[in-house]
Formats: sequence, C-alpha cells, structure tokens
Amino acid sequence: MNDLDVSKTLSVSELKRVAVQMRKDILYMIYEAQAGHPGGSLSAADILAALYFRVMRIDPANPQWEDRDRFILSKGHACPVWYAALANRGYYDRAHLSTLRKLNSILQGHADMKKTPGVDMTVGSLGQGICAGVGMALGARFQKKDFHVWVVIGDGEMQEGSVWEAAMSAAKWKLDNMTVILDLNRIQNDDFVENTMPLGQVQEKWQAFGWNAIRINGHNMQAVVDALEEAATIKGFPTIIIADTVKGKGVSFMENVPAWHGSAPNAEQYEQAIREVTGAAA
Amino acid sequence: MKSRYHFLLPEVEAALASPNFFTAVKKHATRYSYSESLMEVAEINPKVVVLDVDVGKSLKTNEFAKKYPHRSFNFGIAEQNMMASAAGMATTGLIPFASGYAMFLSMRALDQVRNSVHYPHLNVKIAASHSGITPGPDGVTHQAQEDLSIIRTIAGSCVIAPADHVTTKMAVHAMTEYDGPVYLSLTRDPVPFLYTPDYPFEIGRMVTLREGNDLTIIANRDLVAHALVAAAQLSGQGIEVRVLDCHTIKPLDEEAVLKAARETGCIVTAENNVIFGGLGSAVAELLVENDPIPMQRIGVRDTFAESGPYYEVIDKYGLTYPHIIQAAQKVLDRKYAFKNQMAKGEV
Repeated sequence: MNDLDVSKTLSVSELKRVAVQMRKDILYMIYEAQAGHPGGSLSAADILAALYFRVMRIDPANPQWEDRDRFILSKGHACPVWYAALANRGYYDRAHLSTLRKLNSILQGHADMKKTPGVDMTVGSLGQGICAGVGMALGARFQKKDFHVWVVIGDGEMQEGSVWEAAMSAAKWKLDNMTVILDLNRIQNDDFVENTMPLGQVQEKWQAFGWNAIRINGHNMQAVVDALEEAATIKGFPTIIIADTVKGKGVSFMENVPAWHGSAPNAEQYEQAIREVTGAAA
Repeated sequence: MKSRYHFLLPEVEAALASPNFFTAVKKHATRYSYSESLMEVAEINPKVVVLDVDVGKSLKTNEFAKKYPHRSFNFGIAEQNMMASAAGMATTGLIPFASGYAMFLSMRALDQVRNSVHYPHLNVKIAASHSGITPGPDGVTHQAQEDLSIIRTIAGSCVIAPADHVTTKMAVHAMTEYDGPVYLSLTRDPVPFLYTPDYPFEIGRMVTLREGNDLTIIANRDLVAHALVAAAQLSGQGIEVRVLDCHTIKPLDEEAVLKAARETGCIVTAENNVIFGGLGSAVAELLVENDPIPMQRIGVRDTFAESGPYYEVIDKYGLTYPHIIQAAQKVLDRKYAFKNQMAKGEV
C-alpha cells in the first residue's frame, strides 16, 4: 500500500485495493498461526478499509493522540482484520503479521490495547466493546472533545444482553458522537444465527431502542463510505449502520459456511484463497 | 501507664471493655462516608466522575448528582454496561467511580471487571456497597460474602476494605491518586466510628491499632471493631493481643504479617467474608511459604447466611468478637503446645 497517498482522500477504487490487501493479510496471518477467525474477519474488511483509510481522523505516528477518533472491534475474535488495517496504515511493521497468536507477539489472539499500537480498547469478551464505546463517547462529550467513536459489532454478539444495555444508554445520552457498524454476516460459531438464536427484525429493534439506523450492503465500498460519512453528521441520536455482509467474503469455499468461523486453511486452501481474493481486485 | 492503643478515638478506647460496646458507640455506614468523600475529591480533581446503577438513593450518590449533574451518570439497572463504560471513560483520561452493590459489581459484572478493567489495567474505581454480610436484613442475594476473594484473584487488582468513616474517606482520596483499578468495599449497615484523623492511611500498609506480643489478630472492614473488643477482653485474662487493621487485602502488607508471626508466634484473621480466598487465605498463603505458625481464621464457613438484623446475622454465622476470642484461645493453645513440643525436641 506504499503507493497510496493517505494524506489525500482515497477514492473508492483505491479503498477496494486496500481491502484486497487486507484480505490477503488476514488469510496470511491465520494461515501462519494455523488458528483464528477468518470468516468474520473477511466480512468486515471493506468496513475497516473505509474507516482506517478514509473516514477516521487518526495519526498512525501518534497512536495515543488525545483527539484521534476511536475504533473498537467489539467482535474481538475478528482482530486479524484490525491488525491488517493497522499494519497497512503504518501503525507497525508488516513483519509482525506472521506472529499472530504466537508467544511474545504484539498481536494477541484477541486484541490487547496495551500490546498493539492503534488498538483503542482491549476486546474479546463479546458485548463489552460497545459498552466501552459508550464510555468513550461520554468521555469525549464531558471533556468537550470532538473525536468520534466507531464500534463494529457482530450479529451473533447481539445475543449478549449487555449490547442492549449499551443501546439503551447511548440513546439516553443521545450519543451522536458514536457510530456502531453491525457486521451482519448471519453466521456465528456453531451455526447460522437464525438457527442458534434468531435476532428477529434487526433494524426495527435498533430503531425501537432510539437509534438512527442505516442499512447498506457492507461490501459495496461506495455505500460503506457514504454511510460512514453520513453517520458522522447525524445529530441527536446514535447511529447504527446495519451492513449486510457475507461471512468469509472473497473466498468461495469460506463464504456462508459456518465451519470457517474459526478455523485455519491448509496450504492448498490458502493458495486458492489468496488467488481468489487477489482476483477479486481485477 | 502508656496506652497500648493507637489512633483510636478516646471514647472508643474507653468503651472497648464495655459489654455494650456496639450499642454505646456512634456508628455510620461507610457507603455514606464514600459518597461524602466524592464531594471532596471532585472538588480537588476535575477528572473524577461518578457512575451508578440506580443506587443513587442507597449510596447517596444522588447528592453528588445534584451538585455535579454533568459529572454524574446513572446507567439504570445495568452493571455490565456501567463497568465496561467506565473502562471506556478511563481510556479518555477520566477517573470514573463505578458505584453499586458488591454482589452485582463483583459477580454480575465480573467479566467486565476482569477483561475490560483489569486486563488493560484501566483507572477505574469500583465502589461496592453491601460488601460481605453487611446488609443483614436484605438476605443472601444481597450479601456479597465472596466479593473480596473474587476480586483478589484478578491480576493487578487492589482491594481495600476500610473499617470506619475516617479511613473510608482516606481510602477514597488515596484511590483517586492511585493509578489503576481499585475495588473499595463498603458497608450497608452502620459500623462504629473508630479512628482519629491522624490515622496513617496508606494503600498496602497495615496499621497497628493495639500493641501486644501474645498473639496477633489481623482484621478488616467491620470486623476490626470486633478484633479490638476481643483484644480488650483477652487483656483482662492477661493475654496481650496485637491488633492490625488490614484495610488493604491486596497488595498484602507482607512485612507486617511476617513481623507479627515472628514476634507473636500465632495469628487469628477476622473477616466478614467467606474463609475461602480472602484475608485469611492471603495471610495463610504467605505464612505457609515463609513461617508456618499456628493460625485460626474467622470468616463465613461453607454456607450462605440469611436475613436478620446485621449484628444478629453476623453473630449467628460466627463473625463477632466472642467467636474471635474462642479462636484466639484455640490458637494460643496450639502455639504453646507447639512450643512444648519444641522444648522436648519432638519437632
């Protein structure tokens, strides 16, 4: 990604190239680790590409900058997508990517804010990152800071009751400095969400909790960018972007297959996966 | 004759030998000492904010909310969200005091306390009222007899259980200055005012309240007063007890424990908490690896308690001063039996 000038607003086609590189890196990390969660990392790649390479106000040279936008991957098991975004954005050397889940690595199995530059909140226990996002948004408002808090949650994660506690509180305090993006990939660890514990009318539920809800195709880069940029301008309500996504997006044998929630490809599968996500760039 | 006691109010010291000590002395629930202290630390430190979970009336944090509406955040009955939100607030540089009942902060929100607060070691202060069996009448669902043990097992935790009003206030000031998570254990029911303002409060340092070399009683929170009464009565039998206020269970003042072991040869611990994993366990763990002297533990045995007036409940479940006196006599017997064996060359 060295040829991209991130000081300028990247175009949609440039963001698509970023997402391809991130997908390659996700697969590489999980292949090297022989463990991890490819499905939910691949489904969120376009969203994180848009956030880290266009939408968020950040400075990779100064990851603790007080006025930076905050990002929390509340579905923390998908952290390879976060690590790929941060590495490509220059928070740390790409050489770290081969160390995912290994001893002494800065890239833990679930993201650790004290180990990884750019990680704004330690995550992994589902349903907590969104609550931390509420706290960050309250902290921003209390200290009269204008940074925005971005939180990606999973649809399986919505089964955690604390997600709804956070939803109530963000509406109570009208946290328009916080945006949640729901990576609605329809699959959780065991099975399809619909079979494990159906979520019902997702958009209506968030609206009933007092949120502004925008629904998009989470793999249409233009739609992703438009929704993120719109969300940041909406006042008086917290906004959720419900992004319909495909679990394992870009790899034919992983797409929509629950088994690829949390398993690593073998050498042959890895080569095919890399070919497929690279080809998708053309 | 010079008093053996330190830092006690004169009226407390005078009443210790009285059979009516607990009705004679003035009392105050430390949950109120906590909310009163918040007013002081908020004045000093603009980063202090107060979070609660529909317990504003119970802890009188609603007084804080009246004075500082913009620094007060009521999350409703949602401890998990409050705890992880407190973690998020702390990342922005604030010092959130997450207030609630010990049962729900230490158990319902334990995952958040561990993973969102302690794992990243964020500067969240957890203020837990109704700790131990200090709500008598509320019954078992509100008697957090395990909270100190649970929080103590978390890496990097700091657990403080002050005995009275004065040390609760000192603890709130000290934890505001301390960088990192702190769990503050507070009483629902009133406990005696014990100390003078010159009490030398320091996180992680026990304070000697009474000098003696026959045995040591190490106590915390509401059982410190019972330890003092027990010591006064034992003194009448010619037994001079050292009493240590272990307001910080973690980090444990190891030096004070080992000194007491060396100088007094036996120890009784007294806590209104289960005997598993709390103060007694902490002292025993240290002694068994360094100086395994005779020791007895006062604490809730393997049982739940029940509703009732505070004093009557803790008496029934073996926590009041008569039980401490029995434990002291038992540990002294063991100490002297051990010494006799030593003298005969049997050990």
